[in-house]
Amino acid sequence: MLGILRQKVGGATGLSSQGLGNHMLRLRPVTSALRNYSSATKEMTVRDALNSALDEEMAADPNVFVMGEEVGEYQGAYKITKGLLDKYGPERVVDTPITEAGFAGIGVGAAYHGLRPVIEFMTFNFSMQAIDHIINSAAKSNYMSAGKINVPIVFRGPNGPAAGVGAQHSQCYGGWYGSVPGLKVLVPYSSEDARGLLKSAIRDPDPVVFLENELLYGESFPVSAEVLDSSFCLPIGKAKIEREGKDVTITAFSKMVGYALKAAEILEKEGINAEVINLRSIRPLDRATINASVRKTNRLVTVEEGFPQHGIGAEICASVVEDSFGYLDAPVERIAGADVPTPYAANLERMAFPQIEDIVRAAKRVCYRSAPISATAS
Amino acid sequence: MSLWLTKTRTIGGYNLIKKIICNNIRLNPYQPTASSSSPFHSLLDNSSNGNSVNFVSRYLNLCRSSYTAALGDRNYSSLRAGEQILSSSEEEEDDDHGEYSFEENQVMDFPGGKIGYTSNLNFLPGSPEKRVQCYRVLDENGFTISSNISKLVSKELALKMYSGMVTLNTMDKFFYEAQRQGRLSFYLTSFGEEAINLASAAALSFDDIVLAQYREPGILLWRGFTMQDFANQCLGNNAGHGKGRQMPIHYGSKNLNFITISSPLTTQLPQAVGMAYSLKMDKKDSCVVAFFGDGSASEGDFHAALNFAAVMDAPVVFFCRNNGWAISTPVTEQFRSDGIVVKGQAYGIPSIRVDGNDALAVYNAVRSAREKAISEQRPILIEAMTYRVSHHSTSDDSTKYRPIDEIEHWKTTHSPITRLRKWVERKGWWSDKEESMLHVEAKKQVKQAIDEAEKEEMPPLRDMFTDVYEELPSNLKEQETVLRETIQRHPKDFPNNIY
Repeated sequence: MLGILRQKVGGATGLSSQGLGNHMLRLRPVTSALRNYSSATKEMTVRDALNSALDEEMAADPNVFVMGEEVGEYQGAYKITKGLLDKYGPERVVDTPITEAGFAGIGVGAAYHGLRPVIEFMTFNFSMQAIDHIINSAAKSNYMSAGKINVPIVFRGPNGPAAGVGAQHSQCYGGWYGSVPGLKVLVPYSSEDARGLLKSAIRDPDPVVFLENELLYGESFPVSAEVLDSSFCLPIGKAKIEREGKDVTITAFSKMVGYALKAAEILEKEGINAEVINLRSIRPLDRATINASVRKTNRLVTVEEGFPQHGIGAEICASVVEDSFGYLDAPVERIAGADVPTPYAANLERMAFPQIEDIVRAAKRVCYRSAPISATAS
Repeated sequence: MSLWLTKTRTIGGYNLIKKIICNNIRLNPYQPTASSSSPFHSLLDNSSNGNSVNFVSRYLNLCRSSYTAALGDRNYSSLRAGEQILSSSEEEEDDDHGEYSFEENQVMDFPGGKIGYTSNLNFLPGSPEKRVQCYRVLDENGFTISSNISKLVSKELALKMYSGMVTLNTMDKFFYEAQRQGRLSFYLTSFGEEAINLASAAALSFDDIVLAQYREPGILLWRGFTMQDFANQCLGNNAGHGKGRQMPIHYGSKNLNFITISSPLTTQLPQAVGMAYSLKMDKKDSCVVAFFGDGSASEGDFHAALNFAAVMDAPVVFFCRNNGWAISTPVTEQFRSDGIVVKGQAYGIPSIRVDGNDALAVYNAVRSAREKAISEQRPILIEAMTYRVSHHSTSDDSTKYRPIDEIEHWKTTHSPITRLRKWVERKGWWSDKEESMLHVEAKKQVKQAIDEAEKEEMPPLRDMFTDVYEELPSNLKEQETVLRETIQRHPKDFPNNIY
């Protein structure tokens, strides 16, 4: 199937050019990333990936339009919608007054009538002001109208913590939206994910919540020609095994995938061969892939930036206990953000979110290697 | 769209110039159509400014405006502020009063348009001395008020409206009783608001999309929803349109352009604006009509929707049923403004207050609003004054918070049904015989509908899982399989009407 990328990137040790904000380890030169690909590949930032996906979908379908604060004249609060206003005009790139409830409701109404809106929230923290429309109007309409009114809408924007933005700009909403039937919730990591999943989301007849990450916008990832093709789509509900391994399964999504891969490199040196799963989709959750992996490795560490209670890790753990209990050789380790509103001070903020070292120690613990539980790991 | 340009942010010089050019091309009603964009022209142009104006003061004002330009003032419309002060002061020929008369007629070109000054420290009153008047055609006794009424309805239309009102009233009576007898779990009546229901429906075309609140089933009735359809939905059986998904009175019909009723209040208003935006892009000859109550207008969505509709030029008719009560909250505790009609004006929307118990007035108002909304591609607000004779719903006993004689008074003296009947009878279009025939027929239909609905099958188990998504996902297929197996293994734990 042209355009659907294969799940496993055999033998690839992941993408070495993921510079990650302020938690830098050394950057390997770009040439080593290209070693694993058969032909020279382009690099693309996540921002450009999203922008190109939007551009292509708007060109292909005149019903697709973008709406949100600052998406037009300002080129997007994070420049994701750059150039779209000039190309498609103010009817298809709509700058809105400051009312999330207003424009989310308007987007839902437009979707009722057959348009395909892409609603941008400046951050998903502000989506709470519109959450009734997302859940009671968008998610439940197809069911409540007995299949007569579907809502092909996409709600997208940055989710989770950035850097130094405090409590009201740092929450992860994966757990909240992931619990609602009727919604699909996607969490891209790389540029390939961003392109493929956003295109699928826009083409999907159901409402999709698309959780991006602000710090990943500037990250570059290699993209193959297949990914750059305008028909490239990724299936919704399928996780990707970013790195194969046999000793421990580490699940992660969004920015934490990068951390998990780095942790896997460190663990490799200590003789632990970690398998890293990039979830890509929180709802539907790819339980099959996760369970198959756990049945192979017998150990599981889940990583997320959101609050621990009722989070993604909790759901994955429950799923594995239900389906693969006999295969577990150790209790499941959950790594999540601290159970506090995010503090601002840089030293405190660092302690409030998972770091690479936390993932390494947790992986060692499930492998019964000596790594005492520190006060900061959850 | 150019209105939002004036937010402070870094705009490079190039963009600023581009915007000035673009804005002169787009006919934005809030920007002054200056004859020339350069301040220098006004200095030299004697013909527009008058010869008697002091050249020096003009020069000083020019310097002032250039200074603000040099500061990189992003609010480029105030670059013209200098000119504006000049152009309005030109009328003051004699400068003997010095600076006082110079100040009086000044107009400032703020972002958003010209505003004149005053030296009176006066606040706008919170409520006007006189409330906005109510448009009506028939008086309380069904006589037309003005002798030269331009639009009156035809016999056919009037009788269709009237019989619809009586049918709605009858249906409400029986369904309410059915709930009391335990045959329905819940019901909500529209007593006292029959004119709003039927007359507004009569004034719309079938292509107009309706987003109702919950007290507007008469619109569905007008458009062809049968008594059986109503009964099936309320009983949640398999014959109903809703596959038993929703609680009673949450009707919907894609064919009849009536969006499924949704419980959270006022969410239908911004949705209506979104639909109207979609209609606008399709350039259809129809509009969207959104109904809501006086209480709903307190929700945030109301304000977002009206503001947005005005800004987006969306062809929506906002219809407010001001029936005086929001469950037990009277309007005096709901808002302090002069009702809802003034709020429309506050958002820049042409608004009208109408007598909601006068079917002909409602018909005229909706007809006119609809035409205006479509031809001018803009929102219109109608506030229909009426009284909620009903209890809020079957879960409410309104005698607990309002006097019974108040309810009785409105039920009898101001009944919209009686008023219209008097008019059609006087016209010779209706008689007592037809009246009793109508009542008998309506009663029979309603009774039959409820009886039939009760005999119908309930929805199948599969319908619990379908329509969550467009396609049935694998996890739900699994759940259904597991559930059926469980039912087979433990039949005693489950009722026997599952299939």
